[in-house]
Amino acid sequence: MLSKAKLWLGLALSTLMFWSAGLHAAWELNMPRGVTQMSRDTYGLHMTIFWWVVAIGVVVFGVMLWSIIHHRKSKGAKPATFHESTKVEIVWTLIPFAILILMAIPATRVLTDAYDTTGSELDIQITGYQWRWEYTYMRENMDDEEVSFFSTLSTSREEISNDIEKSENYLLDVDRPLVIPTDTRVRFLMTSADVLHAWWVPDFAIKKDTIPGFINETWVVVEEPGVYRGQCAELCGMDHGFMPIVVHALPPEEYQAWYADQQAAAAEIRELANAELSMEDAMAQGEQIYTQNCVACHQAGGVGMPPVFPALAGSAKATGDRVVTMDTLVNGVDGTAMAAYGRQLNPIQLAAIITYVRNAFGNDTGDLVQPTEVNAYIQEGQ
Amino acid sequence: MSAAHDHHHGPAKGISRWLFTTNHKDIGSMYLWFSFAMFLLGGTFALVIRAELFQPGLQFVDPLFFNQMTTMHGLIMVFGAVMPAFVGMANWMIPLMIGAPDMALPRMNNWSFWILPFAFAMMVSTLFMEGGGPNFGWTFYAPLSTTYGPPSTTFFIFAVHILGASSIMGAINVIATILNMRAPGMTLMKMPLFVWTWLITAYLLIAVMPVLAGVVTMMLFDIHFGTAFFDAAGGGDPVLFQHLFWFFGHPEVYIMILPAFGIVSAIIPTFARKRLFGYDSMVYATASIAFLSFIVWAHHMFTVGMPLAGQLFFMYATMLIAVPTGVKVFNWVATMFRGSMTFETPMLFAIAFVVLFTIGGFTGVMLAITPVDFQYHDTYFVVAHFHYVLVPGAVFSLMAATYYWLPKWTGYMYDENLGKLHFWLSFVGVNLLFFPQHFLGLAGMPRRIPDYALQFADFNWISSVGGFLFGFSQLILLFVVIKCIRGGKKATAQVWEGAQGLEWTVASPAPYHTFETPPDPALIKAQ
Repeated sequence: MLSKAKLWLGLALSTLMFWSAGLHAAWELNMPRGVTQMSRDTYGLHMTIFWWVVAIGVVVFGVMLWSIIHHRKSKGAKPATFHESTKVEIVWTLIPFAILILMAIPATRVLTDAYDTTGSELDIQITGYQWRWEYTYMRENMDDEEVSFFSTLSTSREEISNDIEKSENYLLDVDRPLVIPTDTRVRFLMTSADVLHAWWVPDFAIKKDTIPGFINETWVVVEEPGVYRGQCAELCGMDHGFMPIVVHALPPEEYQAWYADQQAAAAEIRELANAELSMEDAMAQGEQIYTQNCVACHQAGGVGMPPVFPALAGSAKATGDRVVTMDTLVNGVDGTAMAAYGRQLNPIQLAAIITYVRNAFGNDTGDLVQPTEVNAYIQEGQ
Repeated sequence: MSAAHDHHHGPAKGISRWLFTTNHKDIGSMYLWFSFAMFLLGGTFALVIRAELFQPGLQFVDPLFFNQMTTMHGLIMVFGAVMPAFVGMANWMIPLMIGAPDMALPRMNNWSFWILPFAFAMMVSTLFMEGGGPNFGWTFYAPLSTTYGPPSTTFFIFAVHILGASSIMGAINVIATILNMRAPGMTLMKMPLFVWTWLITAYLLIAVMPVLAGVVTMMLFDIHFGTAFFDAAGGGDPVLFQHLFWFFGHPEVYIMILPAFGIVSAIIPTFARKRLFGYDSMVYATASIAFLSFIVWAHHMFTVGMPLAGQLFFMYATMLIAVPTGVKVFNWVATMFRGSMTFETPMLFAIAFVVLFTIGGFTGVMLAITPVDFQYHDTYFVVAHFHYVLVPGAVFSLMAATYYWLPKWTGYMYDENLGKLHFWLSFVGVNLLFFPQHFLGLAGMPRRIPDYALQFADFNWISSVGGFLFGFSQLILLFVVIKCIRGGKKATAQVWEGAQGLEWTVASPAPYHTFETPPDPALIKAQ
């Protein structure tokens, strides 16, 4: 009976990896090879150490299995009396030590490479928030229009609550992906606005913690255009499982075109922020923003999850002085999960969401807040 | 005089026997029952997790409660199930193994047990408080556990203080007992390995539990008294928390496995009817592992952005652990080789321990390779790794020990058929539960998420099926133990044909007081 178990384990360890290539993705057994030199080096190290442990396993479990089959009392085995041998002990101390040195040499090389963040051609700052990512492209000169945006899960709540069928990239889709050029040395500068997060894309073999108050660095050269997906890998609170990463790697020319578009769009939003917003537009856009950013904590209908996530329906902050509502949205609330949305949303969106929470869920203040007012408030704060 | 005489014959009657007892066997039994209750509670939390992860989507619990379950599962299993179970084993067996009449500090022994139920009552009660219980993982990284923690965090901190005090008292007691109370002739290098491993474990406990107490106290100050140890905005550093936590946390994982090594080193020679191979090297390997456990902590933090020199140091030091651990595994195999083996339940659990713990060790070596750890870190690969060393590792050793010494404790043989059934269901269940998690992690599933992308669905349902099979199989153990306490075939003093050691020279069940006079030195043989 036991030998069967042993066989099963040996088989599982040594053969399952062979099958991985031909199987449907749902039965994926192994790490992806990825699309960077670093990810292929990592994969190579992973397979080398894997085969070493398989080999050791075959020997050790083989001897065990042999003993279990042959050296059993029921077969009349008489116990031997040997019980120590310094020579043998030295041998099985030195052999693993030698194997480890063989492993340590390439591992040191790859690690040193991973730490070399010099020579970047493009710098992007990644900031973790509960529970979204902000990507800011470093400008070559400060007069350029800044490209900076938030990237939030776009899978609908209905899919998560099993009310409608799940889409192909369930939980791995965002509203705005990070876009980077291929064949370009991109350096990521990582930090966080609240708790620890970790930015991870398996195909790049990059995983790095984003830490509030500190900046971590890593780099990537993506060799193939494509869409690459990952997730936050460090527990960051309630919606840790719902802040995916999507990266579009575009050929350099296409990337340049995209980047120019983004700069133009940023300039346009600055213009639009001076225009008037109608109540209808504000409520419609506000509802959309609420669903995307607020509903996880404050819940549908603004009922919240007291005492951690307060209700908005009838709350003093939503129905009292509009400056208080504005302050809460723009600056967040220290020491709570309420983030500062002053950077996350543009003035039009801020005006819309402020108007929305002051008029939805039975909060009938009738107030319409304009982007210009929000802008003035933000300028004042600075 | 006659009252004192009576007192020495048997236990007091009723509840006061358990409340006021200073008897190492009574206290050992209470530790074991308490840890089994915690094992079932922590297991129930795990089943909530596995039920939610059975399918993609949110079915049973909301993400906030899910996080409370992962947190409480870890805390309860580490501090409530595994650690107290080993302390229970130590209480029962160390005096019997070294020929001592009791533990060296019996009143402190009573105290160190009885504060535990209060600590855990407080910790579990946080689940019913406003804002829920701790939801930041058993590693409670700041600032998620400080600035962003629920109000109940303060109760969690106090509970950690209490159970830390309990562990330190237990450790002092073990050291005092082993160093002072060995029977004449029981030299250090004649002690059973279970005693050796516990001696070393106790030093680890004394070294690191104060660090844990320190780190939760710093949290307490950050939360309530305006300090900023872990808040960059006030000049602190969130990564400092991780350094302190893992300086405790890494030796902590060896605290949970070294006594298991001792148990397996007792059981395999018994059922192979052959002396343990390489006793001396086992002692030195245990000491080496304990030493290394203090200089590898940051391998849990390879992604925080340490300098390259730090990364390399912790990678090399971590890889080194494989050497003494390998020596142990090779010695166990050499003990089995050319033995005369039988396969009673304790031996089955011990063999499964060696195989499955070794698999956990293999993935441990893989995780040590820093650049590859960037891919493994915080995924289900890590979950699979540490569950392999903790469940079919530490927990299987505890089950092996329970079956091995149960006849000595109760005076009756347990039901061997039910024991084997329990073993096989546990063995199949645990592998179904944890082996597919390797694949999930490699394919990219992060840990501590309540819902997952569709490509992870298949291995998750297999893992959940294994989880329920493993979980419910543990009720068989409960049944076997109760049945054995109530009666059965009378056990002899020797119990097992090949068993060596002083514990087998006393009657079964072991009398309430043993070794009131030291055993005959001729009975003490080299291991």
